[in-house]
Amino acid sequence: MELNGAQIVIQSLKDEGVEYIFGYPGGAVLHLYDAIFQQDAVKHILVRHEQGATHAADGYARATGKPGVVLVTSGPGATNAVTGIATAYMDSIPMVIISGQVPSPVIGSDAFQEVDMVGITRPCVKHNFLVKDITKLAETMKKAFHVATTGRPGPVVVDVPKDITDPRITIPYKYPKKVVIRSYNPETSGDKGQIKNAVDLLLTAQKPVIYSGGGVVLGEASKELTEFAKTLGFPITNTLMGLGAYPSTDEQFIGMLGMHGTYEANMAMHESDVIIAIGARFDDRVTGKLDEFCPHAQIIHIDVDPASISKTVKVTIPIVGEVKPVLKQMMELLKDSKKKPSKKALESWWGQIDQWRAVKCMEYDRTSQLIKPQYVIEQLYQVTKGEAYITSDVGQHQMWAAQYYPFDKPRRWINSGGLGTMGFGLPAAIGVKLAFPDSEVACVTGDGSIQMCIQELSTALQYKAPVKIINLNNSYLGMVRQWQEFSYESRYSHSYMDTIPDFVKLAEAYGHVGMRINKPEEVRPALEEAFAMKDRTVFLDILTDRTENVYPMIEAGKGHHDMTLRVAPGTSTDRELA
Amino acid sequence: MKHIISILIENESGALSRVAGLFSARGYNIESLTVAPTEDPSLSRMTLVTRGSEDIIEQITKQLNKLIDVVKLIDLADAVHIERELMMVKIKTTEQSREEIRSLASIFRGKIIDVTTTTYVVEMTGPSSKLDAFIASVDGGSIIEVVRSGPTGISRGEQGLHL
Ligand SMILES: Cc1cc2nc3c(=O)[nH]c(=O)nc-3n(C[C@H](O)[C@H](O)[C@H](O)COP(=O)(O)OP(=O)(O)OC[C@H]3O[C@@H](n4cnc5c(N)ncnc54)[C@H](O)[C@@H]3O)c2cc1C
Ligand SMILES: Cc1ncc(C[n+]2csc(CCOP(=O)(O)OP(=O)(O)O)c2C)c(N)n1
Ligand SMILES: [Mg+2]
Repeated sequence: MELNGAQIVIQSLKDEGVEYIFGYPGGAVLHLYDAIFQQDAVKHILVRHEQGATHAADGYARATGKPGVVLVTSGPGATNAVTGIATAYMDSIPMVIISGQVPSPVIGSDAFQEVDMVGITRPCVKHNFLVKDITKLAETMKKAFHVATTGRPGPVVVDVPKDITDPRITIPYKYPKKVVIRSYNPETSGDKGQIKNAVDLLLTAQKPVIYSGGGVVLGEASKELTEFAKTLGFPITNTLMGLGAYPSTDEQFIGMLGMHGTYEANMAMHESDVIIAIGARFDDRVTGKLDEFCPHAQIIHIDVDPASISKTVKVTIPIVGEVKPVLKQMMELLKDSKKKPSKKALESWWGQIDQWRAVKCMEYDRTSQLIKPQYVIEQLYQVTKGEAYITSDVGQHQMWAAQYYPFDKPRRWINSGGLGTMGFGLPAAIGVKLAFPDSEVACVTGDGSIQMCIQELSTALQYKAPVKIINLNNSYLGMVRQWQEFSYESRYSHSYMDTIPDFVKLAEAYGHVGMRINKPEEVRPALEEAFAMKDRTVFLDILTDRTENVYPMIEAGKGHHDMTLRVAPGTSTDRELA
Repeated sequence: MKHIISILIENESGALSRVAGLFSARGYNIESLTVAPTEDPSLSRMTLVTRGSEDIIEQITKQLNKLIDVVKLIDLADAVHIERELMMVKIKTTEQSREEIRSLASIFRGKIIDVTTTTYVVEMTGPSSKLDAFIASVDGGSIIEVVRSGPTGISRGEQGLHL
């Protein structure tokens, strides 16, 4: 097959089985767009801003496990994509971003719409390529997909100068079936000796905790994790990124850990003697003050990236490998082992955990006349029967979604954890909906975040991707306001937006349905009405208690055992802001 | 502690900036860095001198290994090794000081490779500490310029860093 460079790029996408490409055209990619026009195997989704393209592709990737694909033009198109690339990088999401570049002969001359995309993205990609030779194009595409999806996944940029895609230059095309990169051989199965040591240690544990994270989702190891936890009978906590990897409604699940995790999860970590970290990276939002982190514990850590191990917290038994094969090996050793976990020790450990649970750290004021954001999420859970894909933006609403919507399946909870990118939620929801048109997709957002990528409402209409937008509107950059209340004596510096658009009208202007909800009793019926409109995007602008804070909380510089709990259950939290 | 990290890296444009960028982005310090092609033209060899606690050095080597272009690396501090650095020093001379500089250079096994009526250029190789010692022995006021390559190193014995 003789193809030109533009056709090679598109044909490689077909050969990779790519369904959707999220993009925005411009001069440097016109040849590519012409090639897209002349085929229909790969569907192109025209977003309204390149940041939206990256988040939509990212949402698609998080929901499906397949790499998300983005196409942007050079210069401003490329720089607009950077936030989304960094977002994917921080959460280890597989993506391939194709950026146009000025023609090779003028690279370096400050040509029109030239930026050094390879240079700009270097610190926020797993790898990047500048294509210099059309004969290397197909191989480079293969390498990009290979690197993005194996080992610790991540975004890969392929920067393609315009002359490479010149329609007049054709070469024979053959997509490589396999690609070998001599310098890249991620470890998979883990060291047998260390795995044995880990199992031995687990079987001596008196107060064990399983601490699992996004790596279980990324590594499709939910089933193995669940079996492992069930076999051992140990308590299990998840990071924000791991939610859903273990069924949240299961009794062994003690909730999320970390800054806004449950009291029981953080206390269990603090008191534990043996912790097994599975695909989690000891993020500072999880550990709190490092000197006080898990003072009594020996730690086993399974991670495919050796650099994640002992980066911030020294571990006792490092296991470099993928979660799935490592857990499988552990299960075999556990089955064959004569020794079993100590029943007596576990009983007394669960007794202790139940006392912490009895604190009911997640209770909130259910008598309030105002709409409590937690209540909205609980109702959302009920109306969607816990089956929806929930994307979120960043802020208080994100934490409430994580806390009050118990996910039982992986890939249902889709949020930006590592970079914390406001603006992620809506485009991500569109990406998810395109992947699963028959499933419910809701974006839990805030009045601040939604305005960062609101233009994608237009994309949702054009491509018939009806999503439900749950705007927890507190008129504040609530998360910022909360920190200012706690740490800056309530000096609310620029965390209040005096003018917030009329979201109902805005939704209507974009061709969607808008609804405003003022009273607690309206929440449930509004949600039901919205989800009954299967083929419409509905924007629910829900005016919530502006003063509500996210509890519990480990404040900056504190340890797990030192959580700030909310005021006593049963008392009203309605108040004026100082 | 000082560590000499020896890296085999794909001889691709941009490979050097990936390494340099990693150090600045993660706040590691580079004391010196040398790069040159190897007998295999597709590979470059990089020698990097850095300082840090064991934990930091461990992170540095892990992060370097994570770069897709890095094929292999060793921390020479982990093995018995030989370290060499090249230095050229331009020294202002007078009638009286010439003899002294010549004998000092020869004690340090240096060579005088350029002579004018008022200057010498001394070439010297050796472990960095030897070069430091030479500089310390020369009257500071007479040194016009010092050019150092930064150390490179190789492990002793049969082991080698190759594919
Ligand atoms: C406002 C806000 C508040 C937050 N509060 C909290 C909080 O209270 N609690 C909390 O937990 N987080 C919180 N976060 C998120 C936090 O910033 C981190 O993103 C999160 O804790 C990281 O999750 P993780 O450890 O599971 O790692 P991830 O970022 O998901 O990384 C996955 C790890 O698994 C490894 N891995 C990947 N694939 C595999 C595989 N196949 N096999 C083995 N290993 C693999 C990777 O190398 C990596 O080390 C908050 C974020 C925001 C924005
Ligand atoms: C792009 C970006 N800019 C700034 C921040 C810092 N930030 C974190 S949460 C937050 C407030 C979010 O406000 P809103 O979307 O209304 O959510 P709320 O906290 O009120 O629920 C801000 C500004 C961020 N995370 N991302
Ligand atoms: Mg808000």
